[in-house]
Amino acid sequence: MYVAVKGGERAIDNAHAWLAEERRGDTAVAELTVAQIREQMSLAVNRVMAEGSLYDPDLAALAIKQSRGDLIEAIFLIRAYRTTLPRIGHAEPVDTGAMACDRRISATFKDVPGGQVLGPTFDYTHRLLDFALEAEGLDPRAETAAPQEGEMPRVTEYLDRDGLIQAEEHSDEAPPDMTRQPMEYPAGRPLRLQALTRGDEGFVLSMAYSTQRGYGRNHPFVGELRIGRVSVEMDIPELGFAVDIGEVTLTECETVNQFTGSRTEPAQFTRGYGLVFGQTERKAISMALVDRALRWEELGEDSEGAPAQDEEFVLAHADNIQATGFLEHIKLPHYVDFQSELELVRKLRREAAQSDMKEAAE
Amino acid sequence: MTDQAYNFAYLDEQTKRMIRRAILKGVAIPGYQVPFASREMPMPYGWGTGGVQVSAACLTPSDTFKVIDQGADDTTNAVSIRKFFERTAQVATTEHTAEATVIQTRHRIPEAPLGEDQILVYQVPIPEPLRFLEPRETETRKMHSLEEYGLMHVKLYEDIARHGHIATSYAYPVKVEGRYVMDPSPIPKFDNPKLEMAAIQLFGAGREQRIYAIPPYTRVVSLDFEDHPFDPSKADHPCDLCGADHTYLDEVIVDDAGGRMFVCSDTDYCAGRQAAGHRGRLSEEDAA
Repeated sequence: MYVAVKGGERAIDNAHAWLAEERRGDTAVAELTVAQIREQMSLAVNRVMAEGSLYDPDLAALAIKQSRGDLIEAIFLIRAYRTTLPRIGHAEPVDTGAMACDRRISATFKDVPGGQVLGPTFDYTHRLLDFALEAEGLDPRAETAAPQEGEMPRVTEYLDRDGLIQAEEHSDEAPPDMTRQPMEYPAGRPLRLQALTRGDEGFVLSMAYSTQRGYGRNHPFVGELRIGRVSVEMDIPELGFAVDIGEVTLTECETVNQFTGSRTEPAQFTRGYGLVFGQTERKAISMALVDRALRWEELGEDSEGAPAQDEEFVLAHADNIQATGFLEHIKLPHYVDFQSELELVRKLRREAAQSDMKEAAE
Repeated sequence: MTDQAYNFAYLDEQTKRMIRRAILKGVAIPGYQVPFASREMPMPYGWGTGGVQVSAACLTPSDTFKVIDQGADDTTNAVSIRKFFERTAQVATTEHTAEATVIQTRHRIPEAPLGEDQILVYQVPIPEPLRFLEPRETETRKMHSLEEYGLMHVKLYEDIARHGHIATSYAYPVKVEGRYVMDPSPIPKFDNPKLEMAAIQLFGAGREQRIYAIPPYTRVVSLDFEDHPFDPSKADHPCDLCGADHTYLDEVIVDDAGGRMFVCSDTDYCAGRQAAGHRGRLSEEDAA
């Protein structure tokens, strides 16, 4: 006797209980604290904040703990939380020129005012496993010096001043908000940049890489990469002026790209732009390359039809929460649709067999 | 954070208002896909977030809510969505189609006819019926506005030329009130004739940020050709549990030798028939 499968509810509860146990792992091993994740897994925390579109290191660390280190799952937790938060207003545009930089490098000039500052980078480490880290209780200390005095002007400003690089249009218009209105194409640059900064790091990286390999090449140089803290100001209507409400760490990348020019316009470099929460320089550089690739129309170039030049393709597939949800939904039961396909295939096969028999008989 | 920290039915009132506006627009233009600012929900995209947002915008505290997936109330994702609203809206829930005021469904239309006081909410994965013929949204929106559906007819024609039949068995395209070609979501084509009904039908696609609707008693025509009329076929068996010969059936493999049985996919309908004394090939004999 066949009995329809029941008990989905109990199965779900049991699965959740098992998941919680697996998350904790061996209880003989000390449990991770959220603070440990925040402090020692800070680049994972940064990625979760960037793609979760919520600057809160403690919540990002909690999400990483809850998701067993699955960063896309952690990003999902943050997004689902973020969407419930009331919207009080928006901040003034942050001034990255006034950034307190931990790192600032330019690949286009040997030296620039403010200097090249390597900062805490993996760049020149030899990727040798450091077995000393297996031991606990290390207390690495770096020497410190007084912060540099003076400004750290943006490198592209020097090119801008001489008209050597295409000027960015200034606008005080409030940009559209992709989390509050449906995406419509063509999206325009503010929406593109929003989608890229919260887009999946792997996807944006691969899109950028594809342009380097010739699918929509745009000859990028890292004009400047800077990482550091900027203050966030918000206009308080009751006060009538903007006040400092906190600080965020950002990574900003400006690329200097292939020049354009025509009989009427003298040759000029062009630019791509990346700005991402936290220390996330791989993402910021990738974003700048993809931004530049998507600007072909505005800069009067011909499209090569490369994937990275295709706004709808890039923006519709950059979001890992959308992508992973839809990809994984094929785990859900589909037996109704499958059954209808099964009937159809059987019918087509039956008819094919009948017509074969008829032909053989003739 | 406690459950009380969330608004009734999870979404805040502003968001619900935005969704209701999209629903009203959808009802006013049957079959037209209305863009809406879909929110991130606490369940994954592709798992019913569009349907959940539409349900959240429709539910009131006095509603009775039913959720089915593949026709059944007890599939895991249906259980999960029902639990979500039990928790965030404390609404009454039911497995009985007739008792429900709002029914959220994935891939099926209930067998029992729905009434004017009911709302059927569909979960939609890809709302654009032209998507697999033309991947670009910019192009498909243009095609809809120009009512340029030739591509769809060519596709159906090519099916007939190649296979002898229209080779679409679910998510079979329909034309709504003589204007918009619409994807009825991946329901089997067996369900297509039921799309003309007394209840309001609302379709929510969360990831794709679209809502559309079929108002009550709207004309819904499955696309076909005069010499190849639409055929809402199903498995050629009666239900092995309730004997129904007019319902959509699931095929179940019951033994290692590949033995099969067929049962109603609408579990509530099948249980109701069995309770009324209907019997099928594999029903247990009554104890009496």
